[in-house]
Amino acid sequence: MSAKNKTLEIDTSPHIVSGASVEVIMRNVVFALVPVCIFSVYVFGLTALITLTAATLSCLLTEHVLCRWRGDRSTLGDWSVAITGILYGLTLPPALPVWMVVLGGVVAVGVGKFLFGGLGHNAFNPALIGRAFLQAAFPVSMTTWYPALGAERFAVLPPSTFTLPFASPVYDSISGATPLAVIKFDGDITAATDLLMGLTSGSTGETSGLLILAGGLYLIARKMMNWRIPVAIFATVFALSGVFYLIDPAAYPGPLFMLFSGGLMLGAVFMATDMVASPMTSFGCVLYGVLIGALVVVIRLWGGLPEGVMYAILFANAVSPHIDNLIQPRVYGTTERGAS
Amino acid sequence: MTSRNRKAVIGTDEFIKGIWRENPVFVQVLGMCPVLAVSNTAINALAMGLATAFVMLMSNTLVSTLRNFIPKQVRIATYILIIATFVTIVDYAIEAISLDLHKSLGAFISLIVVNCLILGRAEAFASKHRVRHAVLDALGMGIGFTLALLCLGGVRELLGDGALFGVAVFPDGFEPWIVMILPSGGFFTLAAWLLLINHMQQRKEAKTGRVQEVPR
Repeated sequence: MSAKNKTLEIDTSPHIVSGASVEVIMRNVVFALVPVCIFSVYVFGLTALITLTAATLSCLLTEHVLCRWRGDRSTLGDWSVAITGILYGLTLPPALPVWMVVLGGVVAVGVGKFLFGGLGHNAFNPALIGRAFLQAAFPVSMTTWYPALGAERFAVLPPSTFTLPFASPVYDSISGATPLAVIKFDGDITAATDLLMGLTSGSTGETSGLLILAGGLYLIARKMMNWRIPVAIFATVFALSGVFYLIDPAAYPGPLFMLFSGGLMLGAVFMATDMVASPMTSFGCVLYGVLIGALVVVIRLWGGLPEGVMYAILFANAVSPHIDNLIQPRVYGTTERGAS
Repeated sequence: MTSRNRKAVIGTDEFIKGIWRENPVFVQVLGMCPVLAVSNTAINALAMGLATAFVMLMSNTLVSTLRNFIPKQVRIATYILIIATFVTIVDYAIEAISLDLHKSLGAFISLIVVNCLILGRAEAFASKHRVRHAVLDALGMGIGFTLALLCLGGVRELLGDGALFGVAVFPDGFEPWIVMILPSGGFFTLAAWLLLINHMQQRKEAKTGRVQEVPR
C-alpha cells in the first residue's frame, strides 16, 4: 500500500492520450470552478466567501497532516484535494457555521478519501461524503438557507457564521427557501430564467446553472471530463420528469425546472464525473448517469427530502464497481468477450 | 513454583485476556449486534454490558460444571437452553428495576440469547476448562465487553447529546450531532475505536519487534 514500495506503476483506465497528468487535469477543473465561486460570492456575499475558504483550507490541511502522519510526502501539489475542498464548499449552505464547515472538511478528506487509501482509491466522492455527514449530523443547519442577493450581504455577516465550536447556531429571522423546497412544501414554481442565472437561494455554488455548464463545456472541450455522464444524467432527468409532467402538469414540476433547480447541475457536471468513483467504460458511464438521473427524479418527486442529488450520486458511486464488473470490454486481440 | 506457574493455576491470565488482549469487541469483533444497536447512550451501553456479562458468567459456570454430563451431539442446544434461562432472568430483572431502561433496550435483551460471544465462550472455553477458569474467563470477557460498550456509548452520547450518563457536560446551546445517535453513528464510532486500537497494537509490535499471537 505504501507509496515507497512501488516498483512498477500501473495506471488504470481511462488512459488519456493527451499526456495530461493528474496535476494538469485537476488544475483545469479548479479553473473551471473559479467563475462559479466568484458568482456565489456575488450572490451570497461575505459569508459565502468565508464558507468556501474554510472548506478549502480545512480539506487542504487535513490532507497535509494525514500525509505527513503516514510518513509520505504531502500530496497537496496534485490539486485534487483543492477540488474536493472547493466542491465541498460549494455544496454547503452559505451561512453554515465555520466550525461545522471545518468538521465536514476533516470528515470529507479523512474518511471519504484517506481511509480508502488516498487519491485514486476513494470509492465515493469525498466532497459528498463530507456533506452527507453534515446532513446527517446537523439536519437543521444544513437546510437553513441564506437569502440570495440580500441588500447588506457584503457589509453584515449572518450571526450563524462565527458560532463558537460545538454551539448551536443562531439564525436571522430572514432565511430563504430553495426553489425545490418551495415547490415541495408550498407548490410554487420559480421562474426558469432565475434558476438559470442562479439568482435563487440554495447551496453556495449550486445556483448558477449557466456558469457550471460553461465550466463543464470547457473541461469537455479539453477532453478532461467524460461528457457521457452529465449528458446521460440530464437526458434521464429531462425525459423522466417530462413524462410525469405530461401526465399531470399540476402535480409534477416541469422538466426544465427539474434540470436547473437544486444541486443537479453542480452534481452532474462536477461531482458525478469524479474519475475514480465513476465506471471505466463508456457504456458503463451512460448506465451510471441514467441511474443517477432516475434516482434524482424518484427522490425529488416521491422522497421526503426536497433534494436528492447527493444521495443519488453516492448510491451510484457504490454501484459503479458492479457496473464495471458487468460490462467487461473485449480484450484487445481477442474475438470473443474476454473471459473473466 | 515460578510466578508464571502460579498465574496459570490461579488463572489471572484467563481474566486479563478478555479485558485487553482478546477483548471481545475490539479484538475478536464478536457480538456486534448489541454493540452497534444499543450503544447510543452510556446508560444503555452499561446496562447491556452488565446484562451480557451476567448471562455469560452464569452460563460459563453452568456449562463448565456440566461439561462431563452434556452429550457431545446435543451440546449446542443445551448451551442455548442454559443461556436462554439466564436471559429470561435478566429480562424480568431489568423490567422490575427500570421500565424505561427495559423499553430503551427493547428486543436486544432477548437477543442476548443469540449473542455469538456467549455461545462462543461456552463452546470454546467453558466446555473444556475447570469451573474456576471458566468463571474468570467469563468475568474478564464480560468486563471487557462492558468497557468496550461504554467506550462506544460514552462517545456517542457525548457528541450526540452533549451529555454523559444523562448529565449535561457541555454548557447550554450545544449543537447535538444527530448522526451519532443514529445507527450510522454506531458504525463510525466502532470504526474509530478499532482504528485507534489497531494503531496502538501496531506501534507496540513495531517497538517490541515481534508479532503478537493471533487470539484463538
